[in-house]
Amino acid sequence: MLSIGQYVRAQSLEEAYTLCQKKSSVVLGGILWLKMQNRTVGTAIDLCDLGLEGIEETEEEFRIGAMTSLRALETHPGLNAYTGGAMARCLGSIVGVQFRNLATIGGSLYGRFGFSDPLTLLMALGAKVELYHRGVLELEEFAALPFERDILVRVILPKTTKGAVYLSQRNTATDFPVLTFAAARRPEGLVCALGARPGKARLFRDEEGILAGGITPESAETFGRWLADQAALGHDLRAGEEYRRRICRVLARRGLLELAKEE
Amino acid sequence: MEISLTLNGKTVKAQIAPDTLLLDFLRQQGCLSVKRGCETANCGLCTVFLDEHPVLSCGVLAARAAGHQVRTLEGLQSEAEEFVGFIADQGAEQCGFCNPGFVMNTIALLRENPDPTDDEIRAFLSGNLCRCSGYEGQLRGIRAYLDWKKKGGADRGE
Repeated sequence: MLSIGQYVRAQSLEEAYTLCQKKSSVVLGGILWLKMQNRTVGTAIDLCDLGLEGIEETEEEFRIGAMTSLRALETHPGLNAYTGGAMARCLGSIVGVQFRNLATIGGSLYGRFGFSDPLTLLMALGAKVELYHRGVLELEEFAALPFERDILVRVILPKTTKGAVYLSQRNTATDFPVLTFAAARRPEGLVCALGARPGKARLFRDEEGILAGGITPESAETFGRWLADQAALGHDLRAGEEYRRRICRVLARRGLLELAKEE
Repeated sequence: MEISLTLNGKTVKAQIAPDTLLLDFLRQQGCLSVKRGCETANCGLCTVFLDEHPVLSCGVLAARAAGHQVRTLEGLQSEAEEFVGFIADQGAEQCGFCNPGFVMNTIALLRENPDPTDDEIRAFLSGNLCRCSGYEGQLRGIRAYLDWKKKGGADRGE
């Protein structure tokens, strides 16, 4: 059961940052995961008055406020046009519409949860996060950092990729994923992310040049096998390590072939 | 702490504890259509509208709802009654416990997409669990309602 001593709607990022330095304080995202914990919170800091809700699109990038709901991302025409529908596909299996109207992108990324669908896709797309204290850094770098008491202000998604794909395997339609896979064509080459390993998402690049000659059924199969061998996979209540390894080969092959079709 | 919000069109002020869930607050206000189901934000039974968006009231702090518009099924009677008969006609509910959440989310669906396909209906309502039925009855009921509306809504064939 979640117990909260004091609820504060921060009126500035500085106020929120100062309040969250205390160990007993928590910055509220969508609250959906937080409320599942048996935890006593001294001060619950709500960012809902700070105008961090919304998606701004420019020629160069998308700027997504931390309090933007997953549903807003899922239904955003610009994001879906840019990702070829991968954004809607990534988010559409998360519980239900009512849940996704509450869950925030800031909460989903700040937690760096292993099961996070958007962490996998946004990492593959080369997204950055803007933290109030630390500044802007790559999502890949942020995911690897230890937890710090900072405020995630927004997600910046540069429009640098050409084509993206997202696939996940679930035991039931709206459950946590057993494995997530995303791939995107970045200027430096194809990059893919694997999440729900069950650990948090990690990026993989085509280091062996398996896809250098293009994506074919054979090269996609070979890359899937290589990825399954490279990735640190494990077991949890939802799936075993060997099952994940087999699923990894299949998701990677299917994902790459979908990406090839988009060309 | 004191909060003030608009509940079904009326201003409500109340003293609450900071960790009060919107679900508990609404039931204290007499909105008993808002059901406590899984309490893990998974089943859809506690669906309400927050600023006209369907949300799970077990996943919202009442404090966060302060200053906002909240609607429960009690405040949507006229919008709901038009189509709940179609659900009943199909025997789509057995125990009926999930029904308020289903009705709320169906209203949200039809406001956003007045002419959904069956797949769109399934996708939008995937966050509403029913442990009695196989969901086909609800789907038939919604489809019958939509067909009835397309024909002008005059003859229900009763």
